[in-house]
Amino acid sequence: MFDISAIDLARLQFAFTVSFHIIFPAFSIGLASYLAVLEGMWLWKKDARYLELFNYWKVIFAIGFAMGVVSGIVMAYQFGTNWSVFSDRAGPVIGPLMGYEVLSAFFLEAGFLGIMLFGEKRVGPKLHFFATLMVAVGTLFSAFWILSVNSWMQTPTGYIISEAGQFVPDDWLAVIFNPSFPYRLVHMVLAAYLTTAFVVGAVGAYHLLHNTADRNARLMFSMAMWMAALVTPVQIFAGDLHGLNTLEHQPAKVAAMEGHYENAKGAPLILFGIPDNEREETLYSIEVPRLGSLILTHSWDGEIQGLKSFPKEDWPNAFIVFWSFRIMVGIGLIMLAIGGWSLLCRYRGRLYEDRWLARAAVASGPLGFVAVLCGWITTEVGRQPWTIYGVMRTSESASPLNASEVGTTLLAFIVVYFVLFGAGVYYMLRLMKKPPSVDMDDDATDLKRALGITAASATLDAADS
Amino acid sequence: MELDLPLIWAAIIAFAILVYVALDGFDLGIGILFPLVSPRTGHRDDMMNSVAPIWDGNETWLVMGGGGLLAVFPLAYSIVLPALYMPIIVMLLGLIFRGVAFEFRWRVSEKNRIWWDRSFAFGSLVATFAQGICLGALIEGIDVVGRSYAGGRFDWLSPFSVLTGGCLVVGYALLGATWLVMKTEGDLQARARRFAMISGAGTLILIGVVSLVTPFLDTEYHHRWFEGPNLIFSILVPFLLAICAAVLFLGLKKGHEIRPFFAAQGIFLLCYIGIGISFYPRMVPPHLTIWDAAAPETSLRFMIVGTVVLVPIILAYTIHSYWVFRGKVDKDGGYH
Ligand code: HDD
Ligand code: HEM
Ligand code: HEM
Repeated sequence: MFDISAIDLARLQFAFTVSFHIIFPAFSIGLASYLAVLEGMWLWKKDARYLELFNYWKVIFAIGFAMGVVSGIVMAYQFGTNWSVFSDRAGPVIGPLMGYEVLSAFFLEAGFLGIMLFGEKRVGPKLHFFATLMVAVGTLFSAFWILSVNSWMQTPTGYIISEAGQFVPDDWLAVIFNPSFPYRLVHMVLAAYLTTAFVVGAVGAYHLLHNTADRNARLMFSMAMWMAALVTPVQIFAGDLHGLNTLEHQPAKVAAMEGHYENAKGAPLILFGIPDNEREETLYSIEVPRLGSLILTHSWDGEIQGLKSFPKEDWPNAFIVFWSFRIMVGIGLIMLAIGGWSLLCRYRGRLYEDRWLARAAVASGPLGFVAVLCGWITTEVGRQPWTIYGVMRTSESASPLNASEVGTTLLAFIVVYFVLFGAGVYYMLRLMKKPPSVDMDDDATDLKRALGITAASATLDAADS
Repeated sequence: MELDLPLIWAAIIAFAILVYVALDGFDLGIGILFPLVSPRTGHRDDMMNSVAPIWDGNETWLVMGGGGLLAVFPLAYSIVLPALYMPIIVMLLGLIFRGVAFEFRWRVSEKNRIWWDRSFAFGSLVATFAQGICLGALIEGIDVVGRSYAGGRFDWLSPFSVLTGGCLVVGYALLGATWLVMKTEGDLQARARRFAMISGAGTLILIGVVSLVTPFLDTEYHHRWFEGPNLIFSILVPFLLAICAAVLFLGLKKGHEIRPFFAAQGIFLLCYIGIGISFYPRMVPPHLTIWDAAAPETSLRFMIVGTVVLVPIILAYTIHSYWVFRGKVDKDGGYH
């Protein structure tokens, strides 16, 4: 009924749609919390800058959120369309977790989003703040449940297998708080915050480059750089713990991440190279002696298992995992550098004036998204060939579809996603291009533009047309 | 007392889908009606603003229906989705086209706005039609062998499913039109009245055709409707339908603003009950029953706790949100 290429297409389709999806939630999770902070600060300090920034980012948030929602609805159905056998067997475990996500997160977000976006004139400031808070809490609940699902697929616990072949939950707490979940949750939420901080920082820096006096640009840049400086080290620490946890539960994945094929005591850290599963070695490798063992076992001559100690049919694609992991870690180090640099400038009182810092911040605006995608690719490709690690293979998970069908819809997804979400990202960028400190009331800017009185009118024109 | 959890769950899922149809029905309907209203009058802005604060919540019931099915009837989920693969993907793509338009439409110049108007209308139409196709295909039955779908690629496509697709398009247009009667004033409201008249008549005719055909699709449906205690329903449902239709048309004629909307919802509710009677006790016609498809006891139990606590809360804040945005659509409340 179906041949191997139908499965590959189904995998490609799932990977494509989920990769697009994750971009938006990563931004929404961070931005929702940021908006809640801004509105809270406004209520507390009554400093108009907070309200202006709130209104500035709110519109951008709305666009990203809408794209997150529609791409998410696709995900909710793709388990059934693409992975029906998996859904039948694992549904009793992962279904209720995702059900709780709908009940506790999606409804909460959706129920208060309308008030947050359109309700200022209809509800009081307290209730409005409450709505913003609920949207932010909703995004975090959402991350909680879906990461629990994903982590259970990585490190399944708390289940038994029934006669019909279904996974039957035996201990719900063990299912939800499976061994890799706490690490993944912390690491992902921090990732979302960092991603957002770098976008906010880039926008602030961009406007500072045009006008160092822009008070709102200053505020957002400063807030973002605090996040960068304080959260990046925590994220790297969390990532390290995450890796140690993975070593315990999915050693083959770590072997692929490190490009190790042989078992070794006092193994080197391979900085770069080309892992080649066919030849069973990492070509052209540049190594630091013993550092691999030191990082993973915290001892000079700790033993590290290479891929060869696992059956070859259980190997993930080491090339992809190795490189996506390095890109993520590299970005983490770049973020660390920018955070440190900003502290230095702040200490010298030149945070808003240092043009090279601002340029670097603009350039690193998109880095968070790249890191998030690479992190997920490491995680998911590293899980292969399993859908449920060690228990159910990807090849046994797919729906009885045929290649032409999946191929057609894959093509449709690619075209629609690039065109529609491309347009959305373009609109977001255009909004970010507007200086945050000019009067944000559209009518007012229209008027000024008609009269030609503001210097900023040129950029506004470009932004509005 | 032993609770029949699968049955309770079937009722909850049915409830979620009903709420979805009742809520997203009118906001998809607004999209279907979009092309019938001139872009120059500003009416389109009002139409969209009348649903902008709530559409996301409405659509979440669809996620609840799908996600709930995976959680408590995983077997049904994993049979129905591959069987209806094409219409479901098309529906999802349609929902993307319309969903993004809510935001994008306000981010472009007047000149380019037309593109997102088209995206909104096209997406709404396609999503609705695809939902109708799914309904029709489900009523006609799905081939199952063992635990998976065993039919062909185009089993979902038949004259009957195209008929139900068309029926749903006209029906959602009716919901959308009566919603506009309730939420708008003046010229737009007058137009909405006319749309409601026409789509109301169309809906009733198409419902008639579908109901005449359904009992003859397979003998099971025939039994359910014309034999035994259900005969009472078979008489009662058309009777109530006639009452709703009367309230709808009289309301529209006499200038009532709220009644037509609820009458139209009544028509949908009755049809839904009718379909429920045809299906019960099957989950996926013709063979798979509610109990066959149910997840193991522990899953059903775990979910029911949260559902009983959370769904009333969800309903409460959903109603609150509708209340906040009650009355006629603001001229300056949404985006403009
Ligand atoms: C801003 C984003 C970001 C940054 C800077 C980093 N990561 Fe990360 N990483 C993620 C975003 C992310 C992620 C997208 O959130 C992943 C994918 C799945 C997950 O749980 O987190 C992830 C996965 C992930 C995994 C895979 C775990 C598994 O598959 O079981 C490891 C070992 C690390 N990370 C380690 C690190 C280290 C050592 C970093 C320090 C330099 C680092 N990450 C920076
Ligand atoms: C395959 C996995 C996934 C599925 C099935 C899925 C499903 C969904 C669905 C159905 C929505 C729309 C909800 C609505 O109607 O409001 C959504 C949005 C969302 N998802 Fe996902 N999702 C997945 C992966 C993820 C991941 C990995 C995260 C983050 C860690 C995430 C976080 C969110 C958030 C925060 C939203 C709210 C909308 C937004 O912020 O843009 N999702 N998802
Ligand atoms: C947290 C929610 C997520 C869940 C439950 C989930 C689940 C799955 C499932 C069921 C598959 C298909 C089966 C398989 O090939 O093993 C898959 C594959 C994949 N997913 Fe995820 N996923 C999630 C998040 C993500 C995210 C956010 C990304 C973003 C990059 C991602 C990237 C991939 C990739 C690249 C594959 C294909 C791997 C391959 O086939 O080699 N996943 N995932």
